[in-house]
Amino acid sequence: MGLGLGVMRTIEFLLLIIAILSAPVLSDLILSKVERRIDLTSQIARIASTIKAENDGSSSVSEILLSIPEVQAKNLAYLTAKLVEGKGKAKTSGVALAVEPANPKGMPPALSFYTMILPKPLANGDSVTLDVLAAFTHSLRPFPEKITQADIQLVVFQDTAHYLSPYPVKVQSLTLKLPDARIESYTKLENTKGLGSEIKYGPYENLPPFSYSPVAIHFEANQAFAVARELVREIEISHWGNVQVTEHYDIVHGGAMSKGEFSRLDYQSKPQIRGASAFKHLVAKLPPRAHSIYYRDAIGNISTSHVRGDSKKTEILIEPRYPLFGGWKTAFTIGYGLPLQDFVFESEGKRFLNFSFGSPMHDLVTDSITLKVVLPEGSKYLSVSTPFVVQQEEEVYYQFNALAMLMEPFMLITGIFFLFVTCIIYVHVDLSISKSSASYLAKLQWDDVRATVQQIQNTVNQCLSTHEKLEASLRDLSRTGDVQACKAARKATDGLLKELSKELKPLISFLQSSPPAAHILPKVEELVAKERELQERLMAKHSTIVDSYEKKLGGRETENRVASVQQKIVALRQDIEDLMEYIDEI
Amino acid sequence: MASPESTINGPTKAAGADSKSLRNAFGGVIAFIILVLIGVLAFSIRLFSVIKYESVIHEFDPYFNYRVTQFLSKNGIYDFWNWFDDRTWYPLGRVIGGTVYPGLTLTAGTIWKVVNSLNIPLSVETVCVFTAPIFSAFASWAAYLLTKEVKGPGAGLTAAALLAMVPSYISRSVAGSYDNEAVAIFALVFTFYLYIKTLNTGSLFYATLNALAYFYMVCSWGGYTFIINLIPMHVLLCIVTGRYSSRLYIAYAPLVVLGTLLAALVPVVGFNAVLTSEHFASFLVFIIIHVVALAYYIKGILSPKMFKVAVTLVVSVGLAVCCAVIAILIAVVASSPTKGWSGRSLTLLDPTYASKYIPIIASVSEHQPPTWPSYFMDINVLAFLVPAGIIACFMPLSDSSSFVILYIVTSVYFSGVMVRLMLVLAPAACILSGIALSEAFNVLTRSIKFQLPGIAGNSTSEENGSSSVVAPSDVSKTEKTEEVAKEKPVKKNRKKEKENVEKKPTPSKTERRLLVLPLEASVIAVLLLVLLGAFYVVHCVWAAAEAYSAPSIVLTSQSNDGGLHVFDDFREAYSWLSHNTDVDDKVASWWDYGYQTTAMANRTVLVDNNTWNNTHIATVGTAMSSPEKQAWEIFHSLDVKYVLVVFGGLVGYPSDDINKFLWMVRIGGGEFPHIKEPDYLRDGQYRIDAQATPTMLNCLMYKLSYFRFVETDGKGFDRVRRTEIGKKHFKLTHFEEVFTTHHWMVRIYKLKPPRNRIRGKTKKSKSSVRRSVSSKRDVKGKRNPWH
Repeated sequence: MGLGLGVMRTIEFLLLIIAILSAPVLSDLILSKVERRIDLTSQIARIASTIKAENDGSSSVSEILLSIPEVQAKNLAYLTAKLVEGKGKAKTSGVALAVEPANPKGMPPALSFYTMILPKPLANGDSVTLDVLAAFTHSLRPFPEKITQADIQLVVFQDTAHYLSPYPVKVQSLTLKLPDARIESYTKLENTKGLGSEIKYGPYENLPPFSYSPVAIHFEANQAFAVARELVREIEISHWGNVQVTEHYDIVHGGAMSKGEFSRLDYQSKPQIRGASAFKHLVAKLPPRAHSIYYRDAIGNISTSHVRGDSKKTEILIEPRYPLFGGWKTAFTIGYGLPLQDFVFESEGKRFLNFSFGSPMHDLVTDSITLKVVLPEGSKYLSVSTPFVVQQEEEVYYQFNALAMLMEPFMLITGIFFLFVTCIIYVHVDLSISKSSASYLAKLQWDDVRATVQQIQNTVNQCLSTHEKLEASLRDLSRTGDVQACKAARKATDGLLKELSKELKPLISFLQSSPPAAHILPKVEELVAKERELQERLMAKHSTIVDSYEKKLGGRETENRVASVQQKIVALRQDIEDLMEYIDEI
Repeated sequence: MASPESTINGPTKAAGADSKSLRNAFGGVIAFIILVLIGVLAFSIRLFSVIKYESVIHEFDPYFNYRVTQFLSKNGIYDFWNWFDDRTWYPLGRVIGGTVYPGLTLTAGTIWKVVNSLNIPLSVETVCVFTAPIFSAFASWAAYLLTKEVKGPGAGLTAAALLAMVPSYISRSVAGSYDNEAVAIFALVFTFYLYIKTLNTGSLFYATLNALAYFYMVCSWGGYTFIINLIPMHVLLCIVTGRYSSRLYIAYAPLVVLGTLLAALVPVVGFNAVLTSEHFASFLVFIIIHVVALAYYIKGILSPKMFKVAVTLVVSVGLAVCCAVIAILIAVVASSPTKGWSGRSLTLLDPTYASKYIPIIASVSEHQPPTWPSYFMDINVLAFLVPAGIIACFMPLSDSSSFVILYIVTSVYFSGVMVRLMLVLAPAACILSGIALSEAFNVLTRSIKFQLPGIAGNSTSEENGSSSVVAPSDVSKTEKTEEVAKEKPVKKNRKKEKENVEKKPTPSKTERRLLVLPLEASVIAVLLLVLLGAFYVVHCVWAAAEAYSAPSIVLTSQSNDGGLHVFDDFREAYSWLSHNTDVDDKVASWWDYGYQTTAMANRTVLVDNNTWNNTHIATVGTAMSSPEKQAWEIFHSLDVKYVLVVFGGLVGYPSDDINKFLWMVRIGGGEFPHIKEPDYLRDGQYRIDAQATPTMLNCLMYKLSYFRFVETDGKGFDRVRRTEIGKKHFKLTHFEEVFTTHHWMVRIYKLKPPRNRIRGKTKKSKSSVRRSVSSKRDVKGKRNPWH
């Protein structure tokens, strides 16, 4: 099955070559030297090419074409070109060139073209050196496509040994860097050298345009083939000082499909052998000062994660719930907060968010990404710049009034304020429809009754405190022996009490006249009667004590004389208190 | 000097009366603040699970409720009522809308909707997690109202504070425990409150509210039958003890009529509201109360002599009619096999019923009778305070206090039958303990006040500063301040519930007796009660933090270096299932894991925790207890693709499938008699070591649990059973291991496709295969219920 596919692919390439060979030569440009280094140590194939181009024609050239076979072009993830200045060891890569897809006429259909626009046109005889970096995803094809838990994962990488270019190439070479592991096989052409984990093709000299020589390298690759089938990033800005990032990942192991059993026993006892193709964890590099980091999925928190941080970055190591074998999937969410001032800046009255576009995960291929930026309520004049071919940053411009920040708290405060105001109004407004209705009148009367009862209670309380004075005078008597003062006190109290009982009279008669007080009246009357009785008893007691004091009787005897009255007084007080409470409750 | 001793009480009372209005004015505010604090306490004590673990749904049933709530919030109420769930009970399915108590789901769904319409973006999960704590705060307030109706606000506040942290209730309502009981306890207490309120006021308004609260309770929990039996019992009690009044009639008659009509609106109850025996008591009492009402009415309009004549007439006719009606009723009821009672209700009436006839009810741990320690664990010191509360309710006995007594007596009985009904006991215990504590403090503080000579009196009069206070006697001033100082720390030390009592002046009843205890004794008693309360609080906090906070899907253990080791195997397995199997694959497991599989892995299961079809569960039990081949046939006939077993032998997790296995055998054997329990027992003992029976060692459950287990340590030592397993090296022919979690707690096997089985057969006996086909078929007919 896999072999069959391989053959198909080869045929495809052959067709491609036929198509290429029939294509015309484009311009007078000659590539005097091409060095290609392909890094295959991760699941992403990174092709770094150093190209020295020379103008051999008469007219000046301002752009250089890059050609990539369409089979590869659909996996192209990243392409940049830089001008190299200086020679030898002093080489520095300088200006980045604009790279744009191009569609020149008369070119073979199986190729995709990109054009690099030079900052200044290349005159006749001049030469320029370029660094082109291209990254391809999904270009390592697992072969065999299905493996068991114990098998190692082998992948095939296909490319051309000759640099595929619309221009003639004078000298070229290709170096492939493979992971430190077994190399199953590789296409052997002339000038092929295998050195450990490196394979070198070339140098080849003086090849015509569109030279093509397919090579296939079959090697062991057990690194993580983590692919995010879908990634949704949400960046939410709060001007209270936080940028909240939430990332939803849908991850699959993109390597060889696992078949047959999964034995935890084998995996645990010999993880290197019986789980070589699985990956256990991913590493995300977050910006420094990331805080409130969480890692969870639909059914709750995932406890297997570690965070390390320093001043340059915050590194978070996350383990999915289970190790991922080929074809296994998982999904999770990570989220973190970032300080606002690190990412949102202000210039010319506009604010802009400057944030990296892609996923912060190491070695993760993202198939599809959705980025949502949530700006605070009240933002205006939005504009987005995503020059992410040049740099993986994006900028979102918007205008935001700082006062709008206070809008929500203000709404909350107003809401609660109005709630209280409504409560106050409701309590104070009389909502009864008819002022003459029976229930309304009854309510008014009842209010009167309550007020009257309150007054009665107050008066009774005053009486009680007057009694208190009487008692106090008795105590003074026992201390000073001043009988006259004591008598005077009694007289004063007596007068006071009389006045108070006078006050009570109209109140009681009011209660008697008003019908709603009917059920309360007996209690009130009882209260007043009891109080009066208490008065009498107290007076009696007072006079008895004063009497016996005058007669110089002993304390014991006095006590005996007063005892019965005293008992009565206590009982009456108890009754009065109970009555007061009862009335209170009504 | 005679007078001081005799005059002590005067100033106190006078000034006390003056200050009373002030205290009452503040009393309301203070009571309100205390209630708010009790609500906060009830909410926050249940957050230990979120703080110690995470904000996640707990255990088994809550996952189902969570899933239903998700469905409701996504598809709306109409789809919810019509929801036929094909992801469970495969291939039968289940009509969720008609078989679920919708109260909890609708409550959480409504909260979610309201919150989201206010632009507060809470997830359904968050709302579900915090529903239970919110409702326990409501339940505390309802307990306050109920107790206030019975014994006044002081007892009410005490009861509310006790209920806010009673461990029994916490166990069912920690954050994440999203189960029916969480809202049902609130509904229960609130319904009782409204009943008492109606009884006390005779207001039709409250009677209507009562019927609505009862409706909410019916929506929420099957335990509503407790209400509809307890209230008639109380009504009957009132009638028998001659306490019939029009208030009683208003409290009861509308409840039965409205309540039954409303209950019949809930799909899961429907006509059961009039057809099953659980509700008959209420109708019988309904008839009785009308007869009694009529009798009272006639008594009112007839002269005593005429009334006697009428009574003899009516009784003779009435008896005949009653006999006829009762005879018919008995005949109808007796004609149904369970006598019109559901299995769980019968278990309540006859505790031995389930273990005799329905193993599926008996197999659930929460349906077992509780042990004595569990009483202490769940209601703690309340168990000692309840008798005191009952005594307090008897003096004086009122309609409402007799209800509370009836409530505690019945709930004590029910809690003795089933552990999970301890939950019904908890509010009753709290209410009665609240009454007991409140009364005790009432008596004790009054005695202290009464016996502090001159001090309490003078101090109050001075403090209140009433206009006409006498010049205080300097003699006792210093003494007084000392005493006050002595009392202050006592007050401060007091836990909240006692403070309530202290701050809120308990309205002394007019019939208050002069019950005075010696000063020293009262002070010591107050201190001891405070100590008791403190002990209760400590115990509750411990229970909330340690005993009941674990979500049971995540386990933790203390590792040697003091760190926390997390066992997250269940979610690992469910997550694997949900991402790496086909969306329509069927997963077979014991029913315990059904709800979790549907909710977390979103895969179709054969059986789940809603144990409505005993035969289906028995089929799975039979498969698990059969040898591999028969099991494969059963599972294959049910389209099962994966089998999930829970195995604790490696890490020592005791509630795994091997420990539950005997129930599978029993339940399976109940339907399919070829599974016999003795085949799995050696001399009546359940064992899995070398002494185990061959049937046991060859059954599917054993094989799936211990497949390649011996290779972990070379001996196959099971840490749960503490023994080496009996059969160590064996291969699976019809199943293959596809996933095992990190600690081996969940193992998932895939059924091998049938053609592998045919290819695996050697050529040698082609003829014998053919020969055995016919014989096998009738064997199959017996073994496999689906062929």
